[in-house]
Amino acid sequence: MRAFLLALVLCMLPLFAQAQVDSATAPPVFSNAAEEQRFHALTSELRCVMCQNQSLADSNALVARDLRKEVLQLMHDGRTDAQIKQFLVQRYGEFVLYRPRVEERTWLLWFGPALLVLAGAALVAVLVRRNAGRARGTVPADEPQEW
Amino acid sequence: MTANRMTARRWLPLAIFIALGVLLAAGVWMSRRGDRDALPSPLIGRAAPEFKLQDLFDDTHVVRLEDLKGAPFVLNVWGSWCVSCREEHPVLSAFSATKRVRVIGYDWKDDPADAKRWLEQLGNPYWLVLSDQEGKTAIDLGVYGAPETYLIDGKGIVRWKHVGPLTDLVIHNELEPALALAEQRD
Repeated sequence: MRAFLLALVLCMLPLFAQAQVDSATAPPVFSNAAEEQRFHALTSELRCVMCQNQSLADSNALVARDLRKEVLQLMHDGRTDAQIKQFLVQRYGEFVLYRPRVEERTWLLWFGPALLVLAGAALVAVLVRRNAGRARGTVPADEPQEW
Repeated sequence: MTANRMTARRWLPLAIFIALGVLLAAGVWMSRRGDRDALPSPLIGRAAPEFKLQDLFDDTHVVRLEDLKGAPFVLNVWGSWCVSCREEHPVLSAFSATKRVRVIGYDWKDDPADAKRWLEQLGNPYWLVLSDQEGKTAIDLGVYGAPETYLIDGKGIVRWKHVGPLTDLVIHNELEPALALAEQRD
């Protein structure tokens, strides 16, 4: 019996060792799958302020870890996605949003590409009409020269 | 097609090339600042967030923003783990030795023992050192990488921020004028 207990305890030792994950690098703990999905969706739409070409979800920077923790905390507090984004914008600026908000300052950014497409379409229309007009006006005679 | 239109057409590629050149030059010109990667803080001109932090050298001494108001102060975010802070240290020490303004240290995400050892080895340039081991208050301040330096005026309004190590040039060209302005306002 004693040997059995000893063996059992020895078997359990690695479990204790595993439980001591460094709290700073430990992955966040989610209460359900929906929360996890929401967290991942939200953090991948936020830019890491330290390493500016990574999202908050991807980054391993010190501040990104803290911010992920903060985002999860705010989610637990019952804040909406918009409120969480606003929280970060107030502290770190508009820059944290991968998808900038539609406002006067960002109109050109949002609608500029559509304007370019419209300009291109107008150009094509003008060229087509001009060529069509020319073709109707002067139908080129058959080449007189025999080849 | 008239001769006039022919010449216009000949110049078209050159015109496009020049327009493109101007566009690219404008891009280079707009990113001429050395610290162009630094995020502009949305806190400038707004009240600094309220905080409650421990004095690094005295756990029982809790410091609030209220306690520091009345005169401008410089808040320097650092950590013993931060390599650039070591580089910044002599510059900051020289500036704080002029006693121009209170220079307050903000020990960010650091072990207090390590922080104290760091200050002992290199010298303590700070009038007061606040300790934020968790880094929660730092989020309210918009801190994202040490070293960062804030100028907060006597009413608690953030007036200036610099990301990255301070240099004599930055102190002379940016911090001192901002400080003079903040003192005028008070």
